[in-house]
Amino acid sequence: MQIDSTILKSDESTALRLRSLYNSFGYSQYKMSKFEEYALYVKNKDFLVSDGIISFTDTNGRLLALKPDVTLSIINNSKDVEGQVQKLYYDENVYRISGSTHSYKEIKQTGLECIGDVGFDEICEVILLAIRSLESISSSFVFELSHVGIMETIFNELELSGETKKTVLSCINSKNEDDLFKLVKEEKLSLTNAKKLSVFMKSFISFEEAVSSLKDVCGEICTEQLKEFEDILMFLKQFGFETKIKVDFSSANTMSYYCGVAFSGYVEGIPTKVVSGGRYDKLMKKMGRSSGAIGFAVYLDNLERYNFEQREFDVDVLLLHSGNTVMALKTAENLSKNGETVRVCSFVPNGLTYRRLIKLEEFLESEGK
Amino acid sequence: MLDIALPKGRLGEKVYAMFEAAGFECPSIREENRKLIFENPELGIRFFWVKPSDVAIYVERGAADIGVAGKDILLEYEPDVFEMLDLNIGKCRMAVAAKKGFKDNTDTTLRVATKFSNIAERFYREKCRDIDIIHLNGSIEIAPILNLSDVIVDIVETGKTLYENNLEPIETIVPISARLIANKASYQFKWEIIDKIKEGLSKQVRD
Repeated sequence: MQIDSTILKSDESTALRLRSLYNSFGYSQYKMSKFEEYALYVKNKDFLVSDGIISFTDTNGRLLALKPDVTLSIINNSKDVEGQVQKLYYDENVYRISGSTHSYKEIKQTGLECIGDVGFDEICEVILLAIRSLESISSSFVFELSHVGIMETIFNELELSGETKKTVLSCINSKNEDDLFKLVKEEKLSLTNAKKLSVFMKSFISFEEAVSSLKDVCGEICTEQLKEFEDILMFLKQFGFETKIKVDFSSANTMSYYCGVAFSGYVEGIPTKVVSGGRYDKLMKKMGRSSGAIGFAVYLDNLERYNFEQREFDVDVLLLHSGNTVMALKTAENLSKNGETVRVCSFVPNGLTYRRLIKLEEFLESEGK
Repeated sequence: MLDIALPKGRLGEKVYAMFEAAGFECPSIREENRKLIFENPELGIRFFWVKPSDVAIYVERGAADIGVAGKDILLEYEPDVFEMLDLNIGKCRMAVAAKKGFKDNTDTTLRVATKFSNIAERFYREKCRDIDIIHLNGSIEIAPILNLSDVIVDIVETGKTLYENNLEPIETIVPISARLIANKASYQFKWEIIDKIKEGLSKQVRD
């Protein structure tokens, strides 16, 4: 029996396309259990998108959690092998507090992780796959790229105090220049430093302008990171993505786990980010690992209503019969072969809408059966 | 089309006047009627009035691309939005107030009545002060008078209501003003017009 792909919802068909995409690049699927040790998540709580973890006690007294994240579990189950890279993808449901509803939700998430001896090739491949993932949802997308390493170097150079650093990060995250410059009035930040930091609030459409602005601010102190960032941008240029990519640091605010590139992706018509990822060697280190890692997640929960069209009718055909079940079902099978949806009933159900009504006995007579 | 959520009421009218002066007008909004949505197809903008505390929800969920919300709402609900511009209007402050002559007795839990539970909790957590939050939806000033709470955390504009109820502000938590906010995803696709509006409005901002 052939599967009618039109019955798939946008999130379901996207998940299948993404699995096929990651498979084609040699990534293997990682299947994880619904429950994991609570300790794994609580130790790395800051890494999780939301604070809330649903926990419960197992029959043997162990404290378990309904998985709020997949990356931590993948790291936990991978090994450091020198010179090797593990390439994994997943398609899982996670359970966490949804940002907009502030209540627990089951969220469908697909993504991939590249763990091990991560170099320039792997970084480029993962970014390319993140962009291709967006492309598989819609041709109208924007990919935001930044480099946490560059931002961190500047923060260290400016020797910002804990509280000021927190406020500056929050200002960068919300593009809030006014509150950044209020720190100058409050004498928590010098005007020169505030001007330097305001480069992270811009959204650059031109790669050249982005690189030159970053060089002006930190060219001397983070040569290595800038070179890596520039090389990545040049790589992306060769794929013709220039018009779809912006250099924007607003989502690069998690310095405790990320270290290199960080990125987010948006699709027109979906009000939240669809893709989020980056290089997270620091998280690996925190979990006692020596390897590097890069990966991303595609949030499919918001895709459910994307391109969603309200059906005009519940069914195409309402087939009414008066007791001849065998002929009714045979007729329904025949009609559905033409692609029509058929509901067999002996009465008209309340509230059901249908394109046409067929009375079995009259239909058989007209067909000469 | 760019959807703009404006807060209903006096603040909203001031905000609209700023949009108008910045060249983003919609004449039908000035007509006397009960309509809630107003469109200027030539400029590609559509305004709608919503309850001030709901603006952030409309913007965060993408029903509006941009909007104007008070800093109090942004601090309380922490919506994931861009805070593009401080409009410097609707100015007031979030403050702790208590009955005149109140002295904080630090050996007991402080009872705090407020509509802004999140802001109050954060403020006292930073001070490591043990508090008991009493969430109220209105007439907060009455709480200390009836001994429901020791202090209140609320918006103070002139302080007149406080003084009339024998209360006084004892500490400022944060200054409040109206902010232009934008949905993070909408900004990626409509940044040109959003930046133009930001630029136009910034010229209307008075110190």
